[in-house]
Amino acid sequence: MSLQAAAYIPWIAALGAVLCLVLVARPGIRHYAGPVCVGSIGLGLLLTFLTVGSWGHDDGHQLPQGHDDHHPYAVVGETVTLIPWIYAGGELVDQPLLDPETGQQRVNDQGRPMTQEVYEGGIQIDFGYYFDGLTFTMLLVITGIGMLIAIYAMGYMKGDPGYARFFASMAMFIFAMTTLVMADNLVLLFLGWEGVGLCSYLLIGYYYGKPTAVAAAKKAFIVNRIGDFGFLVGIFLCYQVFGTLSFDAILPALQEHLGQLPREALSPEALRASFALHLAFSQSPSLIWAIPFCLMIGAFGKSAQIPLFVWLPDAMAGPTPVSALVHAATMVTAGVYLIARMMPIFVFTGEYAGLKITPLEVVAIVGGLTALFAATIALTSNDLKGVFAYSTVSQLGYMFLGLGALSTTGAVFHLVTHAFFKALLFLTAGSVMHALAGTLDIRTMGGLGRKMPVTKWLMLAGCLALAGFPILTAGFWSKDLILGDTLAKGLHDHQTLYTVLAVIGVITAFLTAFYTFRLWCIVFTGETKFEMGDEHHAPGSDEHDDAHADDPAADASGHEAHHASGGGPHEMPWWPMNAPLVILAVGSILSGLVLHKFTHLIDDAVAASSAAVPHAHGHGEHAGMDPHVIMMIVSGIIAIAGIGLAYYFYSVRRDLPEKFAQRFAGLTATLRGKYYIDEFYDRTIVQPLNIIGQVLYLIDQLVIHAAVMSLAWLPRMLGMGARPAQSGKLQGYGLGMVAGVAAIALLMLLMLT
Amino acid sequence: MLASLSPLVLSHYLMTGAILFALGLVGFVTRRNLIIMFLCTEMMFQGVSISLIAFAKFHANVTGQTFVIFVLTIAAAEAALALGLVVLLFRRRRTLDAGAWSALSG
Repeated sequence: MSLQAAAYIPWIAALGAVLCLVLVARPGIRHYAGPVCVGSIGLGLLLTFLTVGSWGHDDGHQLPQGHDDHHPYAVVGETVTLIPWIYAGGELVDQPLLDPETGQQRVNDQGRPMTQEVYEGGIQIDFGYYFDGLTFTMLLVITGIGMLIAIYAMGYMKGDPGYARFFASMAMFIFAMTTLVMADNLVLLFLGWEGVGLCSYLLIGYYYGKPTAVAAAKKAFIVNRIGDFGFLVGIFLCYQVFGTLSFDAILPALQEHLGQLPREALSPEALRASFALHLAFSQSPSLIWAIPFCLMIGAFGKSAQIPLFVWLPDAMAGPTPVSALVHAATMVTAGVYLIARMMPIFVFTGEYAGLKITPLEVVAIVGGLTALFAATIALTSNDLKGVFAYSTVSQLGYMFLGLGALSTTGAVFHLVTHAFFKALLFLTAGSVMHALAGTLDIRTMGGLGRKMPVTKWLMLAGCLALAGFPILTAGFWSKDLILGDTLAKGLHDHQTLYTVLAVIGVITAFLTAFYTFRLWCIVFTGETKFEMGDEHHAPGSDEHDDAHADDPAADASGHEAHHASGGGPHEMPWWPMNAPLVILAVGSILSGLVLHKFTHLIDDAVAASSAAVPHAHGHGEHAGMDPHVIMMIVSGIIAIAGIGLAYYFYSVRRDLPEKFAQRFAGLTATLRGKYYIDEFYDRTIVQPLNIIGQVLYLIDQLVIHAAVMSLAWLPRMLGMGARPAQSGKLQGYGLGMVAGVAAIALLMLLMLT
Repeated sequence: MLASLSPLVLSHYLMTGAILFALGLVGFVTRRNLIIMFLCTEMMFQGVSISLIAFAKFHANVTGQTFVIFVLTIAAAEAALALGLVVLLFRRRRTLDAGAWSALSG
């Protein structure tokens, strides 16, 4: 199947969203919204499979042969243009219409030379899609994981009054996200970028009756705006430098300058962009150097990196499937995607700018620090979803570390495996939360494994992958690839920075293993205890009447009635909830071995994309040892040690953690306070802005409002004076008319005489 | 054909018209009964009409007479309408006092 078919993927999801919106208004058939949404995502998955199968065998993207290893050919993706989109500032000119075979100008029947109208100058942006290995990898993750989560959500959201609204937002999110990863230019990418931001806002604020959810939605939106501002400036600069925003012009132009692509292989557009880049390089190079830093700010905002990570933990106010899909598996990886997509410009700037610190080093430092920082916060968090939220921030940090260390394969690989196991972890956490009617505090939980055996084992699979349990799990392979590449870069190139970052990564891996199993042991082992929350839920029961949702007393009694028969928390049903989780669990365990170790599918996909970089593998020999092997052994031991320590602390000797916490009370308090980052931002940014806002409000009231009101005061006073004239007494009007006529008569008399 | 009036006779006619008009005006301003007020306006009409006809005779010109015919026609139609309105207003308030409707002031 040709790539044209893949162009339908976003639009099927958009159609699903529209259908779900129609169902919002039709309460009788509202329960069809779930299947509609699942179906539209599933069709997208099917199309992705069909096109990716044929894409590999197409000769459209074949490399020119006969190239040596030092200058590997970069692969140029394929573009499918749907419609001409934005044409501004240029003009239509007549150009000779050339015959593609002879190269001569064609003539019509009368022998006149033929011309065609061509748009020249100004900005031209076509609405089109760009396909390479990276696009397909992202599409498979989005539609595949998205469909599984949507199936789960059919069970999780059952009976919710906003059922159709939820699935409409979900399908809309898939539409925006697929547009983001398929876009063939930066403007369309930005459109998808903002689209996922909007859907994220809608889904975080899904429970709009809860003030915390509304505040979290606003926070996510505003923090993302800061990042988007950087991204937008980056786009402007790209246009300034390249004169175009299409990937199939920008990327080959950069690759040509990097020596990855011969000039003959460039298309006319790419050649023009290449000349523009050359010109910009000699005239105003600082414009070019600014681009990666601007794009980076956008990526940090969307992917919740320091300093813009504060929105992601709060985003857990949304329904759990949303946390799994939008805020763990797909949307937050958009930043990783952006940097991977624009990798050539990061490499280019690093090689030619002569800056004290290259953009990739900044990415690596931010990624490494975020990974460590978020992992330490996750250590003490007592919120079931909070632990996973911070772990998401931490794992995204790993991906950025991978990108910064030029291990794009590692970053994308970790993106894929992380999508599997983090979706699994969030959904099993959702099951626990569902079973406990909304309780999230893990201190009140214990021994739930007896009540929910399936969930226990499913979450164990996810935890093992997150902790990076050696050999067996996907998380081990992907995390290891990143850390190994980082260490290799550090040792081989004698860059202390990367060696330090690799060590930070290993420490983070230990912390990750520890906090993951701390959570698992607390929730599922030990003596059984639980507290039911007050949230409404009823898997398998009929529609809720949300008439008494505002009434806590009625709510609680309804719950007792519901749980009286079941006796506390219960296992989720196989369909539609546990079955997709099994697939995710299998993926969490096997995807590492299958995708990387056995088939090298991920390696090939990334190599066939704009994220391809000269490999760090192989040339990292140091003192006779391959850094990847060193890293594998070290992180394997570290992971097992972390898991073992957590098991000892939280399953065998539950009294010990409390003693440690008291011993290091200051440290614990800081971690529990999340380093007081939120408070810090509140004091330094939010409060000053509030004060400025208050001052401006006063100025508005006292100056502008007052001026306008005093102007309005004049006609009002005039009106007040004239009002008695209209008394409602007919005689009065009569007198007025007589007086008027008399006055006119008098006037005429005077004028005549 | 029209025989013209002498200025003295004209002044008599004009005086009659002015008196009729002034009577109507005073009646309109002083009385509160809707029907009486309406009749007073009709009287003002007739005062004006007499003046117009007298001037028409004086100038030997039919325009003034034509105008009066129009005024009479329209006054007849307007009288039918206005009396109907007065009846309706009466039914609402059970009174013909114009002050009963002063709440309609702007």
